[in-house]
Amino acid sequence: MPHEKLIRMANQIATFFATQPGSDQAERVAAHLNDFWGPEMRAELKAHAAQDDSDLSPLVKDALPLI
Amino acid sequence: MKDFIIPNDRKIFDDRDMGTPAKQGAPVTLTVDGFEVTVPEGTSVMRAAAELGMQIPKLCATDSVEAFGSCRLCVVEIEGRRGTPASCTTPVAEGMVVRTQSEKVKKIRKGVMELYVSDHPLDCLTCGANGDCELQDMAGAVGLRDVRYEPGENHYDPAGIGARSQAEARWRAPEGEANPRYIPKDISNPYFTYDPSKCIVCSRCVRACEEVQGTFALTIEGRGFESRVSAGGPLDDFLTSDCVSCGACVQACPTATLQEKSVIELGTPERSVVTTCAYCGVGCSFKAELNGDELVRMTPYKHGEANRGHSCVKGRFAWGYANHQDRILNPMIRDSVDQPWKEVSWEEAISFAANKMRGLQEKYGRKSVGVITSSRCTNEETYLVQKLARGVFMNNNTDTCARVCHSPTGYGLGQTFGTSAGTQNFDSVMHTDVAVIIGANPTDGHPVFASRLKKRLRQGAKLIVIDPRRTDIVRSAHIEASHHLPLRPGTNVAVVTALAHVIVTEKLYDETFIRERCDWDEFQDYAAFVSDPRHSPEMTEVLTGVPAEELRKAARLYATGGNGAIYYGLGVTEHSQGSTTVMGIANLAMLTGNIGREGVGVNPLRGQNNVQGSCDMGSFPHELPGYRHVKGAEVRAIFESKWGVTIDPEPGLRIPNMLDAAVSGSFKGLYCQGEDILQSDPDTHHVAAGLAAMECVIVHDLFLNETANYAHVFLPGSTFLEKDGTFTNAERRINRVREVMKPKQGYADWEVTQLLANAMGADWNYTHPSQIMEEIAETTPGFAHVNYEMLDERGSVQWPCNDDAPDGSPIMHVDGFVRGKGRFINTEYVATDERTGPRFPLLLTTGRILSQYNVGAQTRRTQNSIWHSEDVLEIHPHDAEVRGIKEGDWVKLASRAGETSLRATLTDRVVPGVVYTTFHHPDTQANVITTDFSDWATNCPEYKVTAVQVGLSNGPTDWQVEYNEQAERSRRIEAAE
Repeated sequence: MPHEKLIRMANQIATFFATQPGSDQAERVAAHLNDFWGPEMRAELKAHAAQDDSDLSPLVKDALPLI
Repeated sequence: MKDFIIPNDRKIFDDRDMGTPAKQGAPVTLTVDGFEVTVPEGTSVMRAAAELGMQIPKLCATDSVEAFGSCRLCVVEIEGRRGTPASCTTPVAEGMVVRTQSEKVKKIRKGVMELYVSDHPLDCLTCGANGDCELQDMAGAVGLRDVRYEPGENHYDPAGIGARSQAEARWRAPEGEANPRYIPKDISNPYFTYDPSKCIVCSRCVRACEEVQGTFALTIEGRGFESRVSAGGPLDDFLTSDCVSCGACVQACPTATLQEKSVIELGTPERSVVTTCAYCGVGCSFKAELNGDELVRMTPYKHGEANRGHSCVKGRFAWGYANHQDRILNPMIRDSVDQPWKEVSWEEAISFAANKMRGLQEKYGRKSVGVITSSRCTNEETYLVQKLARGVFMNNNTDTCARVCHSPTGYGLGQTFGTSAGTQNFDSVMHTDVAVIIGANPTDGHPVFASRLKKRLRQGAKLIVIDPRRTDIVRSAHIEASHHLPLRPGTNVAVVTALAHVIVTEKLYDETFIRERCDWDEFQDYAAFVSDPRHSPEMTEVLTGVPAEELRKAARLYATGGNGAIYYGLGVTEHSQGSTTVMGIANLAMLTGNIGREGVGVNPLRGQNNVQGSCDMGSFPHELPGYRHVKGAEVRAIFESKWGVTIDPEPGLRIPNMLDAAVSGSFKGLYCQGEDILQSDPDTHHVAAGLAAMECVIVHDLFLNETANYAHVFLPGSTFLEKDGTFTNAERRINRVREVMKPKQGYADWEVTQLLANAMGADWNYTHPSQIMEEIAETTPGFAHVNYEMLDERGSVQWPCNDDAPDGSPIMHVDGFVRGKGRFINTEYVATDERTGPRFPLLLTTGRILSQYNVGAQTRRTQNSIWHSEDVLEIHPHDAEVRGIKEGDWVKLASRAGETSLRATLTDRVVPGVVYTTFHHPDTQANVITTDFSDWATNCPEYKVTAVQVGLSNGPTDWQVEYNEQAERSRRIEAAE
């Protein structure tokens, strides 16, 4: 899948959870990705982030270790 | 006519015309012809007699409309009362003593019939209604044996020569003088005729159009002897009038005045089978009426609990596609998509497909193939297709077309309420005081529900419409929305949150409900969130275009107007914030306590007939049947022990992910049952690229659809008339779909899936779809008590139907939310990435029209195309003028994704800056325009917001021409040797 699409989708998810109360937003982003994205997509996201995470939202970066 | 499927002697299936509608009230006991009967207060004497099995003669009365009392055929005598009152308009009274037969009433009835027949042609033997004519029946019932009147002034004799039948008139004076009262038959409607010469002016059609359909297209024109039914103005015929061809008038007509053309052509049907419509998510019950295995007509079934005896033009009339010449009845294969198709045996096709798919898995891996289930197929078929993915392909690459329509409903309602479904039954709307319609166009998309809603609105309920377009429900005959909020496409969340802002800041919320039923701490967080001034109508007006004061009034009305019910459609879900809007809607219902009883609730109007069911059946790649995540070991264990396989604990690919993976080279094979993703899914270029990159595409469908242009195997499918199974409608109602005729291509669709599974090594042994439902019930808690025997006995049932709710669940969340406490979720507005700018200054939104359905595969192959033969672009006159566009001009519609051409129509239904079109026609391929932006939670495409430019064009674009040429080439079928 094109990286820019994966990143856009991940950032969209983070944008939603960033607006929710509490302090576990990163956990919730990770949970959403784990629940709805297949392992290949998650792996692609992590692989891309390992090379260049500049276009990932901070919340996605925080969530990456939990994915 | 013999009804061999309408079962048994249960009273609820009594299909007789009871004369007047049923009433609710305190019991009243009376005596009719010496027999005692107890009926609800308000019941007519006519209906009370019918309850005893006595049919009082009648012509102007029928139980679908209120009594009118015009024909005087139903007169009776009542002890202690003077005269001979009409039994249809006389309500019962305690102790009343009625005589339906006496010399006096018999004489009156015979006299009435004599007058009627004196102005009716005596062509009974050659009449289209012969054997199905109430005038004929009543003449017999009252013992009319002679008409004493000489032929005189009449409406039936075209030549005016004193003929007693139209046949006689034609013989004696084929070119005879015109009778000024004779009006020729109106054959303009493609499905039924209007023959004024046979009209007895009982007004049943006019009242059905008003009371049942709510269109008010018909009237009685003229007075006295000149009176005749008229559709529209003096220059109108049925086709040019406001008539929506729902068929209610034809159903109500007691004579051949309004008659189905199919009956005229084929004769009166002799048997019927009750089944369920395969169009929208209302799920209407119909009687399929046949001669042998030839379908003659579809009539709405009065005991259908979703439709209560009503229908729309699609379900009632648009079934001709089942026999259309385009239908493919033989399996076909080819090695590559540039080859012509080769017809082969079922065995060869299945073997070819199975070998291809196994080969792909061996070469590219277990996860290189997947399935798409269909919301047009039955629960049983869908269950088997996802089982094929999970139990034979051994992966979770299963998705359904709900991905591109209501997947945000599943997520949003699941998060807030705990269950992925609407909360009410359709009957509930009759208890609603304030209806809110958001992003739905029910008069076009869900017309039978719209008729119920309009009826309630005419009774005084209020209406709020939130939609970029001024849809018909905003203002039509005797209906006017209290508030129409014409928001800018893409700003749903801002509007919904602003409504909540008003309700919270003006303290209009139901604190008692919230404290009892919701998490109070979450509510306080939410209240603080929505109370922020940035969510006020005044602040959001600049984003949404909705006047602040109008929004405030709408919020107050919903919060304080009594029972408030929200109905929504794809205008909510098909956005990058679709799931957020669904949650915002759920928040509004919880805030105001509008959940858990009749008349309220949150109601997604499902687009296709079995969207709910296909989701229930585990079609999504992350969920097993019953909305249980695949990561749950205990849930997997249920299916693993049943199926004898190990289920992958990780989610599979969604449709857009499959296409992306295909383009990138890791997804190679697809079994697509009953869907046409090339036409229905967004960004056509991308879908085509994905399909073209696959090495084996199996299309299982009725026709060589657009997706089949890229297919290697075509497995012919069966129509709903040939299916045996169940559909689940938008109110969670599980309805039986019965095999009206045998599958024309030899196998039922579930059998084809089983053949493929077994050819790939499975050992499935279903011999009837009821066995599949037994497996569903055994493995899925919400379906635990569902079986065919129960459905045949009861008609239908709404899930959950189990030990906790053995009679099903018409209304959800009655004593508490499924998830425990209702959950408020913050709904921050986030602008879509799809932005207008100098190159693409307009916003395109898409939708559907009454006469066509989805990609049009079915309706385009019927005479419905007379109303909508092509997609057109609605554009505001101001936007048109600055571009030099006039009515009917060809225009080019271009977005960042692609361009197409279609004709323009100028209308102020859309506001300046917004254009609208439908996606029913492959010649247009409206989805070549839409982008791959999607909902953040579910990947549901953002069909409803695309930045576009519109300009004059000379005709179809080069791409359209090339596409059509490619499609033609792809559909070639090799001549048989």
